[in-house]
Amino acid sequence: MNAEANKKKESRVREPMFHIAKRDAIVWWKAWIIRILAVVAALIISSLVTVLLTDADPIEFFSTLFRGAVGTTRRIWVLAKETSLLLLVALAVTPAFKMRFWNIGAEGQVLMGGLATVSCMILLGDKLSTPLLYLVMIVTSVLAGAIWAFIPAVFKAFWNTNETLFTLMMNYIAIQLVGYFCHLWAMPKGSGHIGTVENGQLPAVGNEYLLNIIVVAAVTVLMFVYLRYSKHGYEISVVGESENTARYIGINVKKVIMRTVLISGAICGITGLLLVAGSEHSISKDTAGGRGFTAIIVSWMGKFNPFYMILSAFLIVFLSKGSDLVSSNLGLNKSFSDIITGIIIFFIIGCEFFINYKLVRNSKKEVVKQ
Amino acid sequence: MSKTPAIELKGITKAFGTKVVANKNVDLTVYRGEILSVLGENGSGKTTLMNMISGIYFPDSGKIFIDGREVVIASPKDAFRYKIGMIHQHFKLVDILTAAENIELGLHEKFNLKRAASHIRKIAEQYGFELDPMKKIYEMSVSEKQTVEIIKVLYRGADILILDEPTAVLTPQETQKLFAILRRMRDDGKAIVIITHKLHEVLALSDRVAVLRKGEAVGTVNTAETDEEKLTELMVGKKIDLNIERADPVDPQDRLVVDGLNCLSVEGVKVLDNVSFTAKSGEILGVAGIAGSGQRELLEAIAGLQHVESGTILYHDPATGKEENLRDKTPVQIRDLGVRLSFVPEDRLGMGLVGNMDIIDNMMLRSYTKGAGAFLKRKEPRDLAESIIERLEVVTPGATTPVRRLSGGNVQKVLVGREIASAPTVLMAAYPVRGLDINSSYTIYNLLNQQKKNGVAVIFVGEDLDVLLALCDRILVIGGGKIAGLLDARTATKEQVGLLMTKGSHDAYHVKANDGEVAE
Repeated sequence: MNAEANKKKESRVREPMFHIAKRDAIVWWKAWIIRILAVVAALIISSLVTVLLTDADPIEFFSTLFRGAVGTTRRIWVLAKETSLLLLVALAVTPAFKMRFWNIGAEGQVLMGGLATVSCMILLGDKLSTPLLYLVMIVTSVLAGAIWAFIPAVFKAFWNTNETLFTLMMNYIAIQLVGYFCHLWAMPKGSGHIGTVENGQLPAVGNEYLLNIIVVAAVTVLMFVYLRYSKHGYEISVVGESENTARYIGINVKKVIMRTVLISGAICGITGLLLVAGSEHSISKDTAGGRGFTAIIVSWMGKFNPFYMILSAFLIVFLSKGSDLVSSNLGLNKSFSDIITGIIIFFIIGCEFFINYKLVRNSKKEVVKQ
Repeated sequence: MSKTPAIELKGITKAFGTKVVANKNVDLTVYRGEILSVLGENGSGKTTLMNMISGIYFPDSGKIFIDGREVVIASPKDAFRYKIGMIHQHFKLVDILTAAENIELGLHEKFNLKRAASHIRKIAEQYGFELDPMKKIYEMSVSEKQTVEIIKVLYRGADILILDEPTAVLTPQETQKLFAILRRMRDDGKAIVIITHKLHEVLALSDRVAVLRKGEAVGTVNTAETDEEKLTELMVGKKIDLNIERADPVDPQDRLVVDGLNCLSVEGVKVLDNVSFTAKSGEILGVAGIAGSGQRELLEAIAGLQHVESGTILYHDPATGKEENLRDKTPVQIRDLGVRLSFVPEDRLGMGLVGNMDIIDNMMLRSYTKGAGAFLKRKEPRDLAESIIERLEVVTPGATTPVRRLSGGNVQKVLVGREIASAPTVLMAAYPVRGLDINSSYTIYNLLNQQKKNGVAVIFVGEDLDVLLALCDRILVIGGGKIAGLLDARTATKEQVGLLMTKGSHDAYHVKANDGEVAE
């Protein structure tokens, strides 16, 4: 008797407490409540981390965070410009991602676009009239970015090589190329840096930030329309969802891969142009500044929808600018702001789990009486 | 005969998400020394129920008793402890190992293959299996692999065996053999559960039948006291006429003449070997064969998706009377020739449709290139989607629902509906009723018959020989990429077809071994 009772007890203990169940489609506002809760939770955790590691209080943490991002008019403009540049790279990788072509070489493609721009500015700056110079800069930067992306695409299309590794490696080649030309064209000689290049700077529209924002706004709308309403966009979706289906209905998969990745690289090239001629007026190995990688997160968080991506790009730039000020006010270095951004992105991506699944508590078994 | 219960289920409920209730308050008893069939349509919750007994899923509520004692089965290991063994539909074997190695794997600290092999031979002898313990899995036929799976659970001491659709992959002859073995196990006092949706097997094999409908146990009957009609009524919930209509072909003309077709797989293995046949207008040509005998390659070669080494595929255009060779043409080129060739592939969501797209966008797959300009026109596909939903009674929240959210039968209606919308002259369908419930299956048969009446040459690749014999006009039997025979479906018997299927089948097994893994 006793042994049997024990056995029953033991078996009941082993019953799991929770199980995971998939949700059906969730109402959109519920999904957004979960996302907002995730951001709030992330902010609380990061303020706790700050308080624990330093002697700042949480209120100060949040106010500094906001001041860092939108504290002054200039900061608001910088925020808008940085958001738009990050968004542009994200827009570039999105068509490739929709096609399940994992282009993680945006960093290098942006750099190549920038390198082409700066070459024109340095080599042709005093030889061509300004409008002609702009034209040449646009064409070469677009071509440079596109070619840098096209090489892995050709290999993928014809020999099915792994595009992830290939595009990644192309980044390092681009970085080293930029390093070489920085040395070659260094001003002053031997410094290893290219100083400000005067010729070929893009004109300021209103102020120095607005041009970027206008260009990116236009690309956002175009990309949305392209992906949603054009035949090309439809082909991209079909190839991405199932190459077999694409073959079955007679889509030329090779052609679609190469065409789409060309577009991806071309937009990266434009980003390089805006960064070099519209913003830095020079180039360095850090010109792309990791945007090529952050853009991957932006694109995914925005579910490959250009309009959602505005939001995710804004969030990431807002946090990084805000936490920059937090760490400098507290006398900490850049790594600290990376920690904060990391915590918040972790929560935002993690909350998708709760949008797709839910935890269900197992009903307690009633005691068997016999 | 006194019956002792081996497993009792009481009030078992399992839900996936909020809408899908796979099992609702199910009571079920399995006795020792009997064969119980669990019968139900696809999606009625048979496999889910059995997975809860074998520890793969955990019930939301309800109790399981083994030999009268309440137990908690939280993992396959627990199930194994209670001597429950499940043979899944998809085999879980390591291809490059031998039968003995697969069976012994993970059981003992020390690997003693000799002892294992002799034990395996003893089990095989006891129940009448034919198995060489030292044969590698990749050299085995499907039925041999199944034997390994069954012996594996017996070797682990199981005395409650659950088999999930064990005959789905077997020829009629192999099925008979399996049934004989299962009867021997029953007489040995084991409790045996087979999950199935084939009525004649239920009647031939089992002692009792438990019927599930939409996740609920709607009744348990003694096999001796029931028949096909009664079981169908229990299973579907209403009376259904199980006869498939078959009209005589009207004025059959040669539509598609395939001659000496040879194809290689990606690995360079011959998958089609000198295949020749003619598909005629106004008739349904059935294609029978063991899975992976070249059926898929045959259809894909005609559709322009499979490279052809040699041979011709001549299409006779009924409108112009012209002849076109479709060999080595792409799907687009075939379409541009004005050949209205429709193809319902085996892999519905991986080839025929895009699961994440809605019904409208899936309609567009065939038509999006139409019209000038760079932009899509969604008006026509939307109308088509709506008319298919209405005409074929597709159950869906709307035309903008992603097709992966639809049930198997509705997915197939969308696909077949799109393919016949273009008024084809040739319609090829690969396993079009696989996984469908009875009602949807009959809808599909009717659609095919309708096309036949319209003078379409229909090629129907099927696996259920009863259906092939009832629906088709002629049956082409294919084995190992070769044509094994051509039968008149009105006079042929199942045994004849089965014999032809296995003729020269050893080549077929090799092809299949490769195929099966890719598909998984």
